[in-house]
Amino acid sequence: MRILIVGGGTGGTILGNNLARRLSDEISAGEVRLTMLSASDKHMYQPGLLYVAFGQMTPDQLYRDQASLLEPGIEFHVDPVEEFHLDKNIVKTKSGKTYEYDILVIATGARIVPQEVPGMSEGAETFYTEESAVRMHKRLMEFQGGTVAMVVSIPHKCPVAPVEAMFLLHDFFKARGIRDKVKLRYQYPVNHVHATANVARWAKPEFDKAGIEYETLFNVKEVDPVNKVVYSEEGTEVKYDLLIAIPPHRGMETVEANNMGQGGWIPTDRFKLTMNGHDNVYVIGDATNIPVSKTGSAAHFEAEVVAENITSLIKTGTLVREYDGKVYCFIEAGYDRATYNAFDYVNLPDLKPPSKSIHWFKMAYNKMYWTTVRGLL
Amino acid sequence: MAENKIIDGRNTFCPGPLMELIAGMKQASVGDVLELLSTDDGSAADVPAWVSKIGYELLGHEKVEGVWHIKVRKTK
Repeated sequence: MRILIVGGGTGGTILGNNLARRLSDEISAGEVRLTMLSASDKHMYQPGLLYVAFGQMTPDQLYRDQASLLEPGIEFHVDPVEEFHLDKNIVKTKSGKTYEYDILVIATGARIVPQEVPGMSEGAETFYTEESAVRMHKRLMEFQGGTVAMVVSIPHKCPVAPVEAMFLLHDFFKARGIRDKVKLRYQYPVNHVHATANVARWAKPEFDKAGIEYETLFNVKEVDPVNKVVYSEEGTEVKYDLLIAIPPHRGMETVEANNMGQGGWIPTDRFKLTMNGHDNVYVIGDATNIPVSKTGSAAHFEAEVVAENITSLIKTGTLVREYDGKVYCFIEAGYDRATYNAFDYVNLPDLKPPSKSIHWFKMAYNKMYWTTVRGLL
Repeated sequence: MAENKIIDGRNTFCPGPLMELIAGMKQASVGDVLELLSTDDGSAADVPAWVSKIGYELLGHEKVEGVWHIKVRKTK
């Protein structure tokens, strides 16, 4: 049995380690071969980028060598897949190699495409890459006063990131002693300050208390970096001195190049996590088109389901369980408070009041992630 | 040629049905009709408000056996 995992991010790594442990006997006996192909020899803790943007982490703290995170039973190659031949159960890589599989797991993630919004790359800061997060921090440190506006494109990774960033901006400028010289403006695509009703109900009064102004039904259309104006699809505009953008995302180029899903999002069964029409192809994490948050948390819980199912399929010929839509996300409410968002396909998120203890748990989790990704936590 | 597509936003809370519809509209061509399926009553009010503000066309808006079916045409 040849299992091939394409992608070495959160989902792929948790899945690989989980499978390597569960199938260690079969791997040792040569009955199962577990291979991972990734585009990078480094693994990034992506939620840490927000902290880099606010000077609370340095970029080097975000990375580990991917090979150091993997169980010995995994054959790991830095060799990104360029061609998927799903009808023949093979993939072809950048180096020209061909890999055959019996079970394929696609965990290729998502990428930002700020270039799809005219002017966004030139006119806005963001925190979705190392380089941009470092630059955003520099801009925040240099800022002396005026309007800081946030715009949110969709789809995007980490649905609570815009809210977290606003609370962190508030505390950042308070700490710098210039909060009274800074107007914070938040623009959001739907009718509420967050798409999840319970998050919106919690965040709105918190915004009011912090003096954060907001405009809803604002889908960013274009940025004019010369005149410092951002325009919405709905016909409104906002002037800014510093613009922070949540850039639009797409699935990876290789998915689009192989015509596997519009926008790079692969059509996936939301319960089985199999690619539609391909029972031996699983898709996890940001690469799917299923209607759950594009977060490491979703990838984590999906990876566990797929690992259990593949293991059981090999050992007993039967699947174990379906993905129930489970997601758990921390929400930073400033420098020293946080809450969390936990939900699934049936149960709505029920936000608790922010507390210092949850914030410190998140701080601890920023380190504990490296145990999670090893499949231990 | 205009297409009709289904956006299945049933039993989803984050980012939620309207976000799924907006994301789908970004991928759609002018003239396409997207039908949002949602079990969230909030969508019943939120989607028409967004459609009205952005200037698209609301073609249908009904609840059938606990599921909202909201049809929207991308007009520009």
